[in-house]
Amino acid sequence: MAKVLMKGNEAIGAAAIEAGCKYFFGYPITPQSELPEFMARELPKAGGVFLQAESEIAAINMVYGAAGSGARVMTSSSSPGISLKQEGISYIAGAELPCLIVNIMRGGPGLGSIQPSQTDYFQATRGGGNGDYRLVVLAPSNVQELVDLIIEGFDIADQYRNPVMILGDGMIGQMMEPVEFKKPKTRELPPKDWATNGTKGERKPNIINSLYLSPEELEAHNIRLQAKYQKIRENEVKVESYNIEDADVVIAAYGTTSRIAKTAIAQLEKEGYKVGLIRPISLWPYPYDEFNKISDKCKGILTVEMNSGQMVDDVKIAVNGRFPVYFHGRLGGMVPTPNEIIEKVKKIYGGEI
Amino acid sequence: MEERIIIAGFGGQGVMAMGQLLTYAGMIEGKQVSWLPSYGPEMRGGTANCNVVISSDDVGSPVVLDANTAIIMNKPSLDKFENSVVKGGKLFINSSLIDRKSERDDIEIYYVPCNEIAGELGNARVANMVMLGAYLEATKVVSVDSVLAGFTKVFGEGKAHLLPINKEAIEKGAEAIRKQAGVTA
Repeated sequence: MAKVLMKGNEAIGAAAIEAGCKYFFGYPITPQSELPEFMARELPKAGGVFLQAESEIAAINMVYGAAGSGARVMTSSSSPGISLKQEGISYIAGAELPCLIVNIMRGGPGLGSIQPSQTDYFQATRGGGNGDYRLVVLAPSNVQELVDLIIEGFDIADQYRNPVMILGDGMIGQMMEPVEFKKPKTRELPPKDWATNGTKGERKPNIINSLYLSPEELEAHNIRLQAKYQKIRENEVKVESYNIEDADVVIAAYGTTSRIAKTAIAQLEKEGYKVGLIRPISLWPYPYDEFNKISDKCKGILTVEMNSGQMVDDVKIAVNGRFPVYFHGRLGGMVPTPNEIIEKVKKIYGGEI
Repeated sequence: MEERIIIAGFGGQGVMAMGQLLTYAGMIEGKQVSWLPSYGPEMRGGTANCNVVISSDDVGSPVVLDANTAIIMNKPSLDKFENSVVKGGKLFINSSLIDRKSERDDIEIYYVPCNEIAGELGNARVANMVMLGAYLEATKVVSVDSVLAGFTKVFGEGKAHLLPINKEAIEKGAEAIRKQAGVTA
């Protein structure tokens, strides 16, 4: 299929339909409203159902129901709307249902702003809802990768019976880039024999639930969940690295921020600096091991985010004291500039910080 | 090769569409491209701008702070982006709506009376295409044919009948640059 130019938000919808998504439940919010708009127009043509719910809370519970019936289903929102969905997300994780949740982040806290941000890293990777659960969290840095991760995300969700979150920011939702729709690597997906899609009088009813009143049973359920999360940690880490074996400073950044870092690195290289990049694509499971490949001569790791320092905690866990860890962030919907990053890297080089 | 462009004007002047046409044209020519709109609680008559990157390599930051080229359709945008052009870069000014000259002396400046030329063509709404023609003539970043190939992708098949007037506007814009080059040479 030839490349087409698409806005990030619309590309998400097109990729989901390509992946066989049949249900979309959502509620509009900037900067992702083009996605429900696209789904309202296109999903019915593909034999699916688009429904604008009365609220985000209703939307995520509709996802819970549709996922329970074994259908491929997606919802999307931006930061404050994703906060509203947290209860439902916890239930879906507890009931072990596959679905895709898209968060096109904007500035916070509260209603915040509509400009791009990465302030929901903690919420996404640490669990915004209650309970010992994990989402697979994938963070694309361009529209092509966004499409690829949406398509693969549905497979990951089905393979592990786990909700998958696509974490982008307002910039990637709004920008246009060329995309093509490619088949993901083939995964062996288990049959959905747990789905509540009618017994046809041939089997006992399936029950979708996250309530276990016996603590022994709930502990066993949790142990099973943790074993599943461990398997995901072993199999689903995604990361891009650049020049980390030879770098004097390594930048850690994800999503669109990593592109700004790349522009800074290209400029620094012209001036003779050796700067590497670790770009986590899966934020959970986090690519901790990648940091072990960094050369001993490295003077420090600079984490760059559009927040006050959230992923930097994972960088510190990964580095485990081997290198000093520095941080540069912009807040409230402001975007870091290549020059800010260049200045900071030079200070690390010069031992000024 | 990397062309980093800021296009700015009033909402409704077609600045987003100009950016999309350039982005499409770049893609058609096999280059790496990105188009990033400013977005906000804005409306017709408010300010609008977009950033376009056309590159032979992967596009790093899609945010253009240091532009090779700025295309400026109204006065508030000139005030805002005049200093965003790098030394040696190009600045295109819609002289129909902007009554002052640029204060820069380290860049190439083109004054194009877009609205007047569009008026002569009998369609005020093609002022943006006049400017696009001027830009293409002065920079040759992408070809006119590639831009025209992207026309129905940006505006929809329903606007295909407007292709001739838009093509004419592009030609008139190019002509304005050729005249200007003749004068200054």
